[in-house]
Amino acid sequence: MIEFRAVTKRFEDGTIAVDELDLTVEAGTITVFVGPSGCGKTTSLRMVNRMIDPTSGTILVDGKDVLTVDPPTLRRGIGYVIQQAGLFPHRTVLDNVATVPLLSGWDRRKARTRAAELLEIVGLDPAFGKRYPAQLSGGQQQRVGVARALAADPPVLLMDEPFSAVDPVVREGLQDELLRLQAELDKTIVFVTHDIDEALKLGERVAVFQTGGHLAQYAKPAELLSAPANDFVASFVGRDRGYRTLTFLHADVPVHPVDTAKLGQRVAVTDWTLVVDDQDRPKGWLSGVDGEIEVSDQDLIAGGSLYDGSTLRGALDAALSSPSALGVTVDDNGAVVGVVRADDVIKALAKARAAGEVPK
Amino acid sequence: MGGWLFDPAHWSGPTGIPVRLLEHLGYTLMTLLIAAVIAIPLGAFVGHTGKGGFVVVGLSNALRALPTTAVLILVVLWAGLGDFPVYVALVLLAIPPIMAGTYAGIRAVDPVTVDAARGVGMRESGVLLKVEIPNALPLIYGGFRGAALQVVATATIAAYTGAGGLGRLVFDGLALQEFGQMLAGAVLVALLAVLVDLGFAGLQRLTVSPGLRPVGTGGKT
Amino acid sequence: MTWIFENWDRFWEVTGVHLRLSVVPVLIGFVLSIPLGWLASRSATARAILFPLANILFTIPSIALIVITPVLIGVKILDEINVIVPLTIYTIALMVRSVADALSAVPGHVTAAANAMGFRPLRRFLTVDFPLALPVTIAGLRVATVSNISMVSVGALVGLGGYGQLFTEGYQTDNTAKVFAGLIGTVVLAVLADGLLLLLGRVLTPWARAGR
Repeated sequence: MIEFRAVTKRFEDGTIAVDELDLTVEAGTITVFVGPSGCGKTTSLRMVNRMIDPTSGTILVDGKDVLTVDPPTLRRGIGYVIQQAGLFPHRTVLDNVATVPLLSGWDRRKARTRAAELLEIVGLDPAFGKRYPAQLSGGQQQRVGVARALAADPPVLLMDEPFSAVDPVVREGLQDELLRLQAELDKTIVFVTHDIDEALKLGERVAVFQTGGHLAQYAKPAELLSAPANDFVASFVGRDRGYRTLTFLHADVPVHPVDTAKLGQRVAVTDWTLVVDDQDRPKGWLSGVDGEIEVSDQDLIAGGSLYDGSTLRGALDAALSSPSALGVTVDDNGAVVGVVRADDVIKALAKARAAGEVPK
Repeated sequence: MGGWLFDPAHWSGPTGIPVRLLEHLGYTLMTLLIAAVIAIPLGAFVGHTGKGGFVVVGLSNALRALPTTAVLILVVLWAGLGDFPVYVALVLLAIPPIMAGTYAGIRAVDPVTVDAARGVGMRESGVLLKVEIPNALPLIYGGFRGAALQVVATATIAAYTGAGGLGRLVFDGLALQEFGQMLAGAVLVALLAVLVDLGFAGLQRLTVSPGLRPVGTGGKT
Repeated sequence: MTWIFENWDRFWEVTGVHLRLSVVPVLIGFVLSIPLGWLASRSATARAILFPLANILFTIPSIALIVITPVLIGVKILDEINVIVPLTIYTIALMVRSVADALSAVPGHVTAAANAMGFRPLRRFLTVDFPLALPVTIAGLRVATVSNISMVSVGALVGLGGYGQLFTEGYQTDNTAKVFAGLIGTVVLAVLADGLLLLLGRVLTPWARAGR
């Protein structure tokens, strides 16, 4: 558990980076600090491992005032992941990961064995251990950065915009990986980002910081979307927050049957027909045509997003993005089970609201 | 023209070419050792703390403007003939590039890397010795090798005040109007400079982490 | 210092010679190194020849080059050309690298934009590439100038003019003040020339300090 008590940071030039911050980060959760640049989120994070010392106030990690601990000792017990990874270019990947165990006095062999384990945990082939950071992609470097932070098995992990320097596809992979890791490791993670989508995806609790170092709101993601504390939070979480709220609703949406056809089959198509492959996975749509045709690739109209039965947002998006206005629903193997309609999603939303499941 | 150089008579005895070569190499290595012991800690300290950078730059520039001949002569006039004036003059020549290279090398280490070093719990001495200096080595070697070239070339003028080294061939040749001997001196100094540089290039390869070599693949762009 | 005031005419005379012997090679060397540097920035082959050549030239001791030059080009040992040629060679050896590095450092998107707007190569070089390369080029020029001013003295070891004469005469007559006067003259001249070039650089490249 990390507690900020009336923490203020005023820099030498007089700017107030953090203003009277009171906040408690629960143990075993991912807590995200989010906000525009200059809002004090990174400064707040860096005060936890004393990369910066507060001007006034107290920060407690597991009940202990961090100012009473010598900074290097404190930092060896707290994992730290930063933007662009900050790997040591002159050391191999394995030695980078072994840094903290070695600093803490482990023998070299044990540290390296542990480092190799960690590479696997973060999803890297141990063969990468012999490489140097410059030989890795940005996403791989960031995985090594996470491995290095986890090496001494610290209970607390500080992550300062760790994924913002990689491209969106890789970023999404790293986010999923972090959630998977956290499910196994159960660390207390403080994660700083300026990306509200990343905050809503990763955070169990999200702290929205406002320019000038004020904490504007500290809440669960769904609550942030449905009940923003002020105009700043409302505009920061974005214009389509009503739609995003659906991300956090798992109501049942009726799944309707749909006409399907296989490639090469001769069929008479009267209405929208879904073309599937041999494993019943969706390939595309056929709209109504005159008479009987043999289904070929050229006739297909590309489909929309697929609904995996999880959140209302996925259901609505599948329906809205489909050329037939029918959202294709698939099972875990990717096989078609039916379609959902947008009006059913709206009805489900209304039902959830009536049942008090939509946060106010 | 190369007759003098290849005459076997000039390759033996106490004033033979091998002796002059060794004297020249001796001046060079000793000078570099003394200069490195002074300049690397200074440059590293200033680079690490970020304080007094303009002193390093200013001192380097001022020392660079100092004519080695004058320093040599002044020290000889004060302290008498011998190797001491040679070392004073050459060390003053070697300090600026080594100090500037060390300072620039430490300053050029990615601040993110230094931040990470502190973040994982290294003490300031660890940050400097385990992260900053190893990463600054390519630029430190750059300054050092530049200094080495200058010292090898300039050690020639030591012979003006009667000291040894390959400069003897140049000045003796000049006195005797023996062009072949002057040319031999010049060629041998240039050759020695190339060899010394190759030696340090080899040392650099052995001591600089392969992770710092330019790579064609991966990495951030 | 008193030596300088007591022998003002002499001091002034050697200052003039020293200045001439150091500035002329810088000017010639600079002008010659621009096309060479441009070539090195454009062609890997030119780089592979010019850079190692420059390194080797730099390793030849100045005193040796000064005594060999007259034999090679057939002039008397006491001709000023014997200092001017070696120092010009050193200047080129230093500046080719500076100019090449400076031109290579011009951002690709800038040259691409210039090409897209229809600049022809020569005009682009003169109005876009070269001005943008000036800060790095001038930094190189400062190093070359200072090292030239310091190196001219070596010529005195074979009897040529400049402050170096004060060194050799002071040495022969055991006159420390005379050597010191030459040393001060050299350092002051170097600092002045360096400052002048720094100033020139600022005036010529106002954009380099904008936005700081």
